Amino acid sequence: MTTPDHEDVRVAVRKLCEKFPGEYWRALDRDRAYPQEFVAALTESGFLAALIPEDFGGAGLKLSAAAAILEEIHRAGGNGGACHAQMYMMGTLLRHGSDAQKQRYLPQIAAGSVRLQAFGVTEPTSGTDTTSIRTFAARDGDSYVVNGQKVWTSRAEHSDLMLLLARTTPPEQVAKRGDGLSVFILDMRTAVGLTIRPIRTMMNHATTEVFFDNTRIPSENLIGEEGRGLRYILSGMNAERILIAAECVGDAKWLIDKATTYARDRVVFGRPIGQNQGIQFPIARAYANVRAAELMVREACRLFEAGENCGAEANMAKMLAADASNEAANVCLQTHGGFGFAEDFDVERKFRETRLYQVAPISTNLILAYLAEHVLGLPRSY
Amino acid sequence: MKILVPVKRVVDYNVKVRVKSDGTGVETNGVKMSMNPFDEIAVEEAVRLKEKGIATEIVAVSLGIPACAETIRTALAMGADRGILVETDVELQPLAVAKLLAAIAAKEQPGLMILGKQAIDDDMSATGQMLAAFLGWPQGTFASQLTFADGGITVKREVDGGMETVALSLPAVITTDLRLNEPRYASLPNIMKARKKPIETLKPADLGVDPTPRLKVLKVVEPAKRKAGVKVADVAELVMKLRTEAKVI
Ligand SMILES: Cc1cc2nc3c(=O)[nH]c(=O)nc-3n(C[C@H](O)[C@H](O)[C@H](O)COP(=O)(O)OP(=O)(O)OC[C@H]3O[C@@H](n4cnc5c(N)ncnc54)[C@H](O)[C@@H]3O)c2cc1C
Repeated sequence: MTTPDHEDVRVAVRKLCEKFPGEYWRALDRDRAYPQEFVAALTESGFLAALIPEDFGGAGLKLSAAAAILEEIHRAGGNGGACHAQMYMMGTLLRHGSDAQKQRYLPQIAAGSVRLQAFGVTEPTSGTDTTSIRTFAARDGDSYVVNGQKVWTSRAEHSDLMLLLARTTPPEQVAKRGDGLSVFILDMRTAVGLTIRPIRTMMNHATTEVFFDNTRIPSENLIGEEGRGLRYILSGMNAERILIAAECVGDAKWLIDKATTYARDRVVFGRPIGQNQGIQFPIARAYANVRAAELMVREACRLFEAGENCGAEANMAKMLAADASNEAANVCLQTHGGFGFAEDFDVERKFRETRLYQVAPISTNLILAYLAEHVLGLPRSY
Repeated sequence: MKILVPVKRVVDYNVKVRVKSDGTGVETNGVKMSMNPFDEIAVEEAVRLKEKGIATEIVAVSLGIPACAETIRTALAMGADRGILVETDVELQPLAVAKLLAAIAAKEQPGLMILGKQAIDDDMSATGQMLAAFLGWPQGTFASQLTFADGGITVKREVDGGMETVALSLPAVITTDLRLNEPRYASLPNIMKARKKPIETLKPADLGVDPTPRLKVLKVVEPAKRKAGVKVADVAELVMKLRTEAKVI
């Protein structure tokens, strides 16, 4: 039997998260440190293997279960960003990898003994325009030689493998600009000529820049066919957007809870501040917006699980949920007045953390551009 | 040995409960519900006993509305083997719960029943004791340590002013205190297994018990708000105020 909305999974995740309270995340935030213990607990209890088929040692659950897990982590004030990619990045391998590649990597990823949670796409000079990336993988015998640079490669220091998108045919030699890109599994444990440098950001997010200097990747680590890589990663990006949307829903709910509790308890001018419409209306509006976003997340999950095209819904879910969590963060901070700025309340931390999702993994403008072009049939603007 | 563990669905301990505006109870609509924390400790203890080879089967029992099946599911994910849900819309009070559990015990013949020492919603701390009385079994309440030897069980219990140790013969009723153990959280593989474990559904009538409440709740009110304090300038003013305003000296 299955329980509606994965309630049984949610209960267990909540329980796990109780062991990692605000103090835990606050201390890590101060030092910009990786949540080793939290990630270990999630790994050991199998949650990060939710989407891996049972044949490869995972739980074989659908995307909505992974969404429930990540939503609950954020709902509890935690942050799944340190390890969410371990859940979905293997999707590209699962859908487009060879049997040998799957046999080799998936069981270890499911067990957590190997981490595949670094995704090398963005480059300093290409920005959102993925097809203009310059990192080049040149075929040389039975391997590829990679040269170039990635930026914002999150978790590279905490991952064994990287899913790397690189050009394998120069842009002027391909018919469509999306052609000539390939996806590789780069084993960072043994890679030579690889330099990883952490980038300090406004929130605790283990992100880095990565340099490739004649880094060799055996050709058996090419996923699918050479030159078709963009297609392979696009399907995975829908999953990523939906799951990050679920995290934003969790953030928004946590922030609204926090705001509501404070508004009820804080007495100024002889009454709870939450008795003032000026305080309660913004919270109520944020609540309505997160509920609406949640419905879009569910719809996107439904389409994804049915194997239907969910590009528009995945993008809308991500945008609406990120907007809702950003609004909730703003409202929560405002409701707390000066105390919202004190680190001990965790509000300013969440405010910083959830702000990221206006930009990564895809910025709001690009989602709107996508909808305008692909759903509304307006001329392509970019 | 078979162990029966009753698990109650209560408002989550993190939730700040609010009294319903009509004063008939506390708001549970849209409120996060969880397994009573003391019952989690009971499930954990049973699972540890099974891991040690002392228990052979763990049956989780919950009584109440259909949503209580979720609470049973949580126990199954922690390691219980099967569940029994006694379904009723009637508000259940400790006496009725004890009678229903005694009827289930008669059917299941467990060697041990482990309950929480109290439920965090009504804080009655009565069910375990009443159950032991109905069954005529020894009871070890507020247990913080269990030791099995020679077909019996030694229970360290937390009492005012220290610890008391009692030796019980089996079958027995145990109620758990906070320090008995630290409950585990379920792993995803175990949650998946739990989805396949059976839950039997019964009605109070099937057990020959009338669960109608014997106690009537007259009114539920918020605890009195703490009044703001006052600052005094010196000891003299303090003594004066204690004498003339508080009238305590
Ligand atoms: C903390 C963090 C973690 C990240 N992790 C990863 C990762 O693991 N792997 C990875 O590959 N990438 C990662 N990224 C990169 C992220 O996906 C990009 O930052 C994002 O896609 C935006 O690209 P950009 O930063 O180059 O912005 P740009 O493309 O330079 O855009 C800058 C601004 O201009 C807007 N803009 C650009 N073009 C248009 C247009 N045509 N019309 C309207 N507006 C436009 C954008 O919306 C944006 O607001 C991460 C980023 C951050 C900050």
